[in-house]
Amino acid sequence: MANSCNLLFAGFGGQGILFAGKFLAYKGLIENKQVSWLPSYGPEMRGGTANCSVIISDDPIGSPIVSKPDVLVAMNLPSLEKYENDVVAGGKIFVDSTLINKKVERTDVDVYYIPATKIANDNGTPTLANMIITGKVLKEVEFFSMDNTDAALKKVVSARHLDLLDVNFGAVKAGYDFE
Amino acid sequence: MSEKVLMKGNEAIAEAAIRAGCMHYFGYPITPQTEVAAYMSKRMPKIGGTFLQAESEIAAINMVIGVSSTGKRVMTSSSSPGVSLKSEGISYLAGCDLPALVVNVQRGGPGLGGIQPSQSDYYQSTKGGGHGDYHNIVLAPASVQEMASLTVKGFDLADKYRMVAMILADGTMGQMMEPVSLDVEKTEPVEKPWALTGTKCEREHNIVNSLFLKPEELEIENFKRYEKYKYIEENETMYEEYLMDDAEVCVVAFGITARVAKNAVNEARAKGVKVGMIRPITLWPFPKKPLMAAAEKVNSFICVEMNMGQMIDDVRLAIECKKPVELCNRVGGMIPTPEEVLAKIESAAKNGGAQ
Amino acid sequence: MSVVFEKPHALTDAVLHYCPGCTHGIIHRLVAEVIDELGIEGDTIAVASVGCSVMAYNYFNVDCVQAAHGRAPAVATGVKRSDPSKIVFTYQGDGDLAAIGTAETVHSAARRENITVIFVNNAIYGMTGGQMAPTTLPGQVTQTSPYGRDVEKVGYPVKVCELLSNVDGAAYLERVAVNNVQNVKKAKKAIKKAFQNQIEGKGFSLVEVVSTCPTNWGMTPQKALEWVDEKMIPYYPLGVYKDIYAEEEK
Repeated sequence: MANSCNLLFAGFGGQGILFAGKFLAYKGLIENKQVSWLPSYGPEMRGGTANCSVIISDDPIGSPIVSKPDVLVAMNLPSLEKYENDVVAGGKIFVDSTLINKKVERTDVDVYYIPATKIANDNGTPTLANMIITGKVLKEVEFFSMDNTDAALKKVVSARHLDLLDVNFGAVKAGYDFE
Repeated sequence: MSEKVLMKGNEAIAEAAIRAGCMHYFGYPITPQTEVAAYMSKRMPKIGGTFLQAESEIAAINMVIGVSSTGKRVMTSSSSPGVSLKSEGISYLAGCDLPALVVNVQRGGPGLGGIQPSQSDYYQSTKGGGHGDYHNIVLAPASVQEMASLTVKGFDLADKYRMVAMILADGTMGQMMEPVSLDVEKTEPVEKPWALTGTKCEREHNIVNSLFLKPEELEIENFKRYEKYKYIEENETMYEEYLMDDAEVCVVAFGITARVAKNAVNEARAKGVKVGMIRPITLWPFPKKPLMAAAEKVNSFICVEMNMGQMIDDVRLAIECKKPVELCNRVGGMIPTPEEVLAKIESAAKNGGAQ
Repeated sequence: MSVVFEKPHALTDAVLHYCPGCTHGIIHRLVAEVIDELGIEGDTIAVASVGCSVMAYNYFNVDCVQAAHGRAPAVATGVKRSDPSKIVFTYQGDGDLAAIGTAETVHSAARRENITVIFVNNAIYGMTGGQMAPTTLPGQVTQTSPYGRDVEKVGYPVKVCELLSNVDGAAYLERVAVNNVQNVKKAKKAIKKAFQNQIEGKGFSLVEVVSTCPTNWGMTPQKALEWVDEKMIPYYPLGVYKDIYAEEEK
């Protein structure tokens, strides 16, 4: 089993890209791993593209910049097109297939198509596609599990939205269980 | 040690400052350091401190002068264009021998430049920045933990030596989150008999001033300051050595580029290349001695920087040009990749130092 | 022998460097008398500015910080925020306050910063040898307006009290002069009120003192005082421009 995982979350600003990354980082912290979280920043995020680099590792982390992700989570077409070729051979790409019609061209990576936005809408939680697709990451990436999901969510869901803990957990679970 | 929390570098600076006893913050919004101001605006009112969004960076640094002259810990933060504006005030702080913490979360320049990370204010911060002969103590954190710990250290050094300590970070360090412990080692407060606390009609009035119209007096002020700088160079230099014992190539990098370079050094080591790294933690005073010692052993140096080659001058001076020094750089907000650094290391190792 | 006239305690023994006939000396004395009378010397912190009064720190017998050109209100803001129990005043000239320091002036007023500003308007840059100031009168000859201030080309004088009277945060604004005994008495009253306001936490108080610069105006001291009446006061009318508490009291 690998002793680290470099993830790149990418999509539109407002899709909760940074939030999903933070959730994984906190989960890693709770599990006593080394973690780093680095967002894109600036005006491009407002309605434009957003991404964040997340590294979870058993060893000290060097550069926090993920230029060759083991895991790419693509939540819009520009993100998939931009980062598809950066994924390491044998890596995994998670695609929100509600928003991205295109198929991944690479053949040396594992690809998971999850209609995360559709599931989120069907569940009445249209803002939680990010957590649904993250749930699928927990399922498919050997380095992760559902453990400590509750505790990590408690760290990232802000104090004034504690009522949203359950729906967030539900979204992660829905993604985890999606076949 | 207390529980580690995940924090952005900018927030870690702010919280560490408060824990170091800084109750006064003056700032102005500018990307990518605005989280420092935002954090302070939340916390300061709750602890009876001052958060004030000034009308300009110029006003902010002068408010810093005001607080500092009363003997209290005070800070401001900005990013490159804003630090240029603060440079006038930083020169006055130097001329008045006033302590303060100034944070520069650098972005690409010159001019309005960009908002992505950069290290192109190296010259500005290490060589003075404003007018006149002076130095700031310049601290270059390479992790969120160091953003916090060097902030505390910066306040201590500033008080101890009555000068500006600058945290020279960049957009990456400011925006990234890592686990951080915010335990602060309390140091003895420094006596400040020079501070403006009101005479109470019991002592001579204190004057905080940088004006000396008689050249012979101003010369003495400068000489005294440089005596102090010499002492600081001998006693306060900080750096990290990484795999230098048998190294034939020495990478020199600070801040975020040191993180990138470390990846490259590890990859090169895995390929059998004897490479190590010296990471200056204080950029002024610059770690000349370990670099000179390294120059006796290694064949060549590589400076990894996010500028057009600024620290490389200090490296060449430190080693008195005894060995070739190569530059590996990206600018404008671009960050060198570990692959780029690795390629440079491999070519340097192959050349064995011959130019 | 009884002493009938003394130097205020809030002035040091340093010999003033001001030119003969310059009214800075009078204004210094008025400020010091007010400090004495209010009994605040031990708790007062002065912020000197850049200009002829740059060395005010040598003259006021209180703790002093010397600020960069135009930045005195920002420095004073820092001092006051650091210790609100201190009485903090700036002493600034027209170039300092109304040109390079316009932003700091307007915004410290806007914040109703609880400080006292003594603004000396003599319509010229004195320290550097008599150049055009933001308050130089239309047609006035200076080193950098040798043909007289041409408002079409270099713009109009800035009337600080009128300008700040539109700033909600400004609490008290008064323009006075020190060119005759009657005006000196009024000036002292205004300065005292500006300090009293601060003691009472009333906020930003500025007294603009129409002053003289016989050296750079190229006049005798006597002629300079007359010129204040003839030229300066008609352009810069004396009086209270704002007093929010007086308005409340009505």
